[in-house]
Amino acid sequence: MSDIELMAVIERYLNGEMNAAERARFELLRHDNEAVDARVKEHQEFTDRIKQYGERLQFESMLNEIHDEIDVQALKDELVHHPSAIVRLWRNHHSKISVAASITIFAVLGTLFLTGYMKSQSQEAAVINLKHDVDIIKRKQTYQISNIHAAKKIAPDNYGGIGTGFAISSNGYIVTNFHVVNGADSVYVQNADGDAFHAKIVTTDAVNDLAVLKITDPSFKSLGALPYGFKRGKLDLGEDLFTLGYSKDDQVLSKGYLSSGNGYKGDTVNYQIAMDVNFGNSGGPVLDSRGNIVGVVSSKPAGSGGSAYAIKSKYLIKSIQADTSVNSLSLSSKSKIANLSRTQQIEKLQNYVFMVKVYNR
Amino acid sequence: MNKHINSSSPTDNEAILGILNNSESMLKRIYVAYFPMVLKLVLNNSGNDDDAKDVYQEAIIVLYNKVKSGNFELSSKLQTYIYSVCRRLWLKRLSQMSKYGGDIHDFQEYMPVEEDLVTHEERDIQFTKMEGALGELGEPCKTIIEDYYIHGRSMQEICEKFGYTNADNAKTQKYKCLQRLKKLFFQQK
Repeated sequence: MSDIELMAVIERYLNGEMNAAERARFELLRHDNEAVDARVKEHQEFTDRIKQYGERLQFESMLNEIHDEIDVQALKDELVHHPSAIVRLWRNHHSKISVAASITIFAVLGTLFLTGYMKSQSQEAAVINLKHDVDIIKRKQTYQISNIHAAKKIAPDNYGGIGTGFAISSNGYIVTNFHVVNGADSVYVQNADGDAFHAKIVTTDAVNDLAVLKITDPSFKSLGALPYGFKRGKLDLGEDLFTLGYSKDDQVLSKGYLSSGNGYKGDTVNYQIAMDVNFGNSGGPVLDSRGNIVGVVSSKPAGSGGSAYAIKSKYLIKSIQADTSVNSLSLSSKSKIANLSRTQQIEKLQNYVFMVKVYNR
Repeated sequence: MNKHINSSSPTDNEAILGILNNSESMLKRIYVAYFPMVLKLVLNNSGNDDDAKDVYQEAIIVLYNKVKSGNFELSSKLQTYIYSVCRRLWLKRLSQMSKYGGDIHDFQEYMPVEEDLVTHEERDIQFTKMEGALGELGEPCKTIIEDYYIHGRSMQEICEKFGYTNADNAKTQKYKCLQRLKKLFFQQK
């Protein structure tokens, strides 16, 4: 019997197309001849596989049909977190509301005064009344303000030092200088809105003066995709640069340009940049005009204003890749804000630059 | 949103019975009930809606195979099971894309599902091999095999469709095709 003939017989057997006598004969053959038995099993197994393949294809197309009926966009919109309407109203319009309230008070008092209503009362009483009114309004306003602030997380205010840091991943990894967090007992990072999160030091690189922090605070939510890319190549002299940093309680923008390809005494790890930076800028990102991170502010020459050193992004990338605790982070080289104006770039950037508050023992 | 889900989502018992009976309407109810949860998981962990769709559909396939093989015990909630499978699958994808930062934002309890996923992976390999083998098989073999073994058409129909003058020729052709498919299948990597 040829292979094909055998296959035909097996198939007839498996499909139940044999009559009783034929079937009995074949079962006997199968019993006596192990090779035939193996072929039967193999045939059944393989045709089952084909069937399973077909069933899976059909199932997948069914799933796709169901999926197409779901309004994914609407679900997505529902999942994105919106602050409550009152908080939003207050955030957007608090100055207008305050002005309107003040105008109303003065208008009412002015009208009362002009219509002679107050003349019947003593001058002193009017003044006291006025103060009282203002007090109430003030109290109401502070009450509203404290309500909004109650949602905020505030870091303890006995910190021993301040620096700047910036996100290198959407899930809360932040780079700053080693010297900012050196000897720290505890570290908080605070975003542009003033929300503070507890962070831990994941790794440090004293040679390049870098440190990576990770936000561990349960209230921290993903930042979303990073707007900036990380430049791998080197910069040209004279290129326009800027940095955001916390040289005071709020973010401060400093602008400048690349003034030298190397740092202090031929230090190849650093660039020298002509930029006015201050204490607190340490660890801040230096960006070029296309929104690429080109360096990390580290120090400035003693006794000189208008000049600073920044660790080259190349060494930042190398340092992260060499460290097993953070080398799973991929630093994209693509900036998403390359074609935006400077003000738009800064707006996108703000949420990714943090104040690093360090608490010492 | 939650209210809506609760009112339309099947009970676990209903769902399992529906799966065993190949109920298409039950598949749809299950699918619609648990997709928002998976979408939330993936969106909150640096994925997009297409990723969520892929992961979720794979999980539904895992669930179906498990229920049909009779291994699904109702000791765990269906929701927990689906969440756990999707979580595992998404973690795997993240690490393949080397985007995995070390932790994932969970909002549900989950259970170990590694064993099921090993079984699933084996099935998946078989599926890809068959897909590859059928792709290389060429016509008319591919259609003959699919018509006969997948769509369950009779040799008579296939004969007419391909214009074979007698059924024996068609049968011989089919067996030759099957032999070649087998060979190709075992050559796939």
